[in-house]
Amino acid sequence: MKTAVVVFPGSNCDRDMQVALRRASGQEPVMLWHKDTAIPAGIDLIALPGGFSFGDYLRCGAIASRSPIMRAVADFAAKGGFVLGVCNGFQVLVETGLLPGVLMRNATLKFVCRTVALTVEETQSGYTNEYSKGEQIALPVAHHDGCYVADDAVLKQLEDQNRIALKYAEAVNGSQRDIAGILSENRRVLGMMPHPERAEDPALGNTDGARMFSGLVSQALSA
Amino acid sequence: MKARVHVTLKPGVLDPQGAAIGQALGTSGFEGVTAVRQGKVFEIEMADTDAATAKSQVDEMCRKLLANTVIENYNISIEG
Repeated sequence: MKTAVVVFPGSNCDRDMQVALRRASGQEPVMLWHKDTAIPAGIDLIALPGGFSFGDYLRCGAIASRSPIMRAVADFAAKGGFVLGVCNGFQVLVETGLLPGVLMRNATLKFVCRTVALTVEETQSGYTNEYSKGEQIALPVAHHDGCYVADDAVLKQLEDQNRIALKYAEAVNGSQRDIAGILSENRRVLGMMPHPERAEDPALGNTDGARMFSGLVSQALSA
Repeated sequence: MKARVHVTLKPGVLDPQGAAIGQALGTSGFEGVTAVRQGKVFEIEMADTDAATAKSQVDEMCRKLLANTVIENYNISIEG
């Protein structure tokens, strides 16, 4: 599996994502700069990392979503490419319109930085096929703006199409329906607030995120 | 030409920041504050053009960047 990681000014999980993708795929990820305008040929997955792109100015992810690379990422997604947005990457995906809804300030107004319990709600995706439905896992979160909000019609559509991939199994940020991660209609785009790339190395004491990357690799190899 | 844009949360969208500000007003001794909703103001200086063109340009700015219309409304006023 060939992967790429987009780096925006203010990204701070890009290297962690690079390490996770390198380990899972056995290949060196391509690091793309926000001013780049094209995706190199042969890329299977683009990851949008966590961080504080453009200082969270205007709205989280808003300025990054208008950067030149995101036009190329949108084209890549439209052609069926895999796009994973983690934390700030999720915020960029909703601001780009690749996923519905919006991520608002946590209902508690507090920055949440801890490992939280999650339920895997949907396993029919390249990201979650190595988990079992209803399985409880633990992943770190670190965000101030992770409260998922969408109107009732969007929430119903997400549920009807089984596009809610992950839910919080405890109170975290006030997200509607406890949504922690959602899939696009073609199930190739995943946005999630928790950080799988911070839970894939046994040395860090938690490998619950590793199966997300190994699942992607097996999906890409079989495609 | 100067445009002023007010961006506010749509009615019904949870505003924990506004609620916290309202509480702080209460503890600052301002009684009778029943609700606070917070938002943003943009002042945009533009090259001279007629008011109608300016307004349509700013409207496009709002839809493309300044507001997230999933949760926010916007209001534009053009000042000479």
